[in-house]
Amino acid sequence: MFKLVVFTAALAALSLPAAAQNYGVGRTPSPDEIASLGATTNPSGKGLPAGQGTAKEGREVYELRCKECHGPEGKGADQTSFLGKPEQLQQNPPVRTVGSYWPYATTLWDYTNRAMPFDRPGTLTADQVYAVTAYILFLNGIVEEGQVLDASSLPQVQMPNREGFVPDDRPDTGVAGK
Amino acid sequence: MDHSSRRSFLSITAALTGALGACSKTEDTAQNAEAPSRLGKPVSGYGERSAHETSKRGFRESKTPEASSSRTPLEDLYGSITPSALHFERHHSGVPDLDPATHELFIHGLVERPLALSMDDIKRLPSVSKVYFVECSGNSGGEWGAKRAPTASAGHGLASCSEWTGVPLKTVLAEAGLKPEGKWLLAEGADACRMSRSVPVEKALDDALLAYGQNGEALRPGQGYPLRLILPGWEGNTNVKWLHRLEVGDQPFMTKDETSKYTDLMADGKARIFTYEMDAKSIITRPSGGQKLSGPGFYEVSGLAWSGRGRIEKVEVSTDGGATWQQAALDEPRHSKAFTRFRLPWRWDGSETQLLSRATDETGYVQPSVEDLIAARGQNSIYHNNGIKAWQVGADGAVGAQNV
Repeated sequence: MFKLVVFTAALAALSLPAAAQNYGVGRTPSPDEIASLGATTNPSGKGLPAGQGTAKEGREVYELRCKECHGPEGKGADQTSFLGKPEQLQQNPPVRTVGSYWPYATTLWDYTNRAMPFDRPGTLTADQVYAVTAYILFLNGIVEEGQVLDASSLPQVQMPNREGFVPDDRPDTGVAGK
Repeated sequence: MDHSSRRSFLSITAALTGALGACSKTEDTAQNAEAPSRLGKPVSGYGERSAHETSKRGFRESKTPEASSSRTPLEDLYGSITPSALHFERHHSGVPDLDPATHELFIHGLVERPLALSMDDIKRLPSVSKVYFVECSGNSGGEWGAKRAPTASAGHGLASCSEWTGVPLKTVLAEAGLKPEGKWLLAEGADACRMSRSVPVEKALDDALLAYGQNGEALRPGQGYPLRLILPGWEGNTNVKWLHRLEVGDQPFMTKDETSKYTDLMADGKARIFTYEMDAKSIITRPSGGQKLSGPGFYEVSGLAWSGRGRIEKVEVSTDGGATWQQAALDEPRHSKAFTRFRLPWRWDGSETQLLSRATDETGYVQPSVEDLIAARGQNSIYHNNGIKAWQVGADGAVGAQNV
């Protein structure tokens, strides 16, 4: 068995010649150290921490930590509002909000976790981030008030504008035939 | 006051101000203009510009000045390098105060060997110095409407150009050993909001730079001190400042700044995502809005052109509102993905006219009109407005925006 492992490892090393270390600078950080750098997720939900919350709990967090800038029930002025529907993207000016525009609920979790509240980013607990995420989604009619959001349910949330994005097809001007 | 009494008054004034160590403008300047007999200031540790030079970045008052932007005064600059102190800024949660002795860059995720690199480690690696522009993709975002920006700074000032010194990102990724399934990197800053963007591995292995130097010295704090990512030719926001973490993943992370922001909404309600390259663009900086021609006669028309897809190949200038175009001279060397200064001799006849410039890059792409952009995209896309900018020259010599 041991021989097989060594053999497999040797094969793996052979198959990755470009991975050879050239300069030997830097140090190897520990897994704990990497974990301490903070969570980042993607639409699959990878990296989401333990914890959970509902809109009902999120309302309390929102009132204390978010309302001052984002207004009551997400009805903030200018760019601070959370409310909207994809149909409003063709208005002039368009309404670009969590409800109308954002394609992934994981983005709302990640941004709230890393960057909010504006004056004290990174101070919400994982439970609070799940809860306030649920509340903002609830205000838009995307989740139910009692729905529990956690690492497994958050990536399942279907955002209204999920299909609203297209690849960059420039140049659309400035070249022959355009 | 007759001539002699005026003279004695001046000499008394000169003696008085001299004693105070000042230099009065009312003195007999014929003798004192260069003051050969008077010692100037001694040597100093870090130079300052002349007190006569007052050009500054412009910015609006904001309730959240930590999440705001300041604009390069393009109309005041010469050549193609932006002084570091005048490089535009766009911060999302303020400028952090980072200690280079303790700052580290972490590379982890889908790599064979996670790495933590100190600034000393990074500077031990082979470095390069390259001239690149950085432009916020929101630059000229106000130019979609009928009312156009009154100055070069106001409309185009979220663009600057520096010589950046750093280590190619591919060198560091080879140290860590990318796994085959590693397709995207999350680049994260050490600012309060940990601003982050996803970068496709192809760009990371192409010309991406881990920059610690700017115009011969360390990065300015507002430009990411001690370390920023430079993605040549790509929208400014992806050039993550205060870089402290690169996480390799198998898909884009879909951060806030690549979904809810920095996506380009088209007229049909669909939005382009990952619109990275900055298209070819130019602007006449002299004469430009806010300046005034002193009278008919000779002027050099001069400006800046750049493209995120390569070198500037040609800049054409029109001094008659677009009826005819002349090819401008280009300062050499023309770096790829960098500001190129263009110049055209011009004799103003004193009549009202419009000045326009149009850049062509090495891919053959020709800078379009704003109207062409609107026809293709509508007026809601905010970002990536690289349309031709026109300046209105009045019969009195005043230069301003040409509104539509």
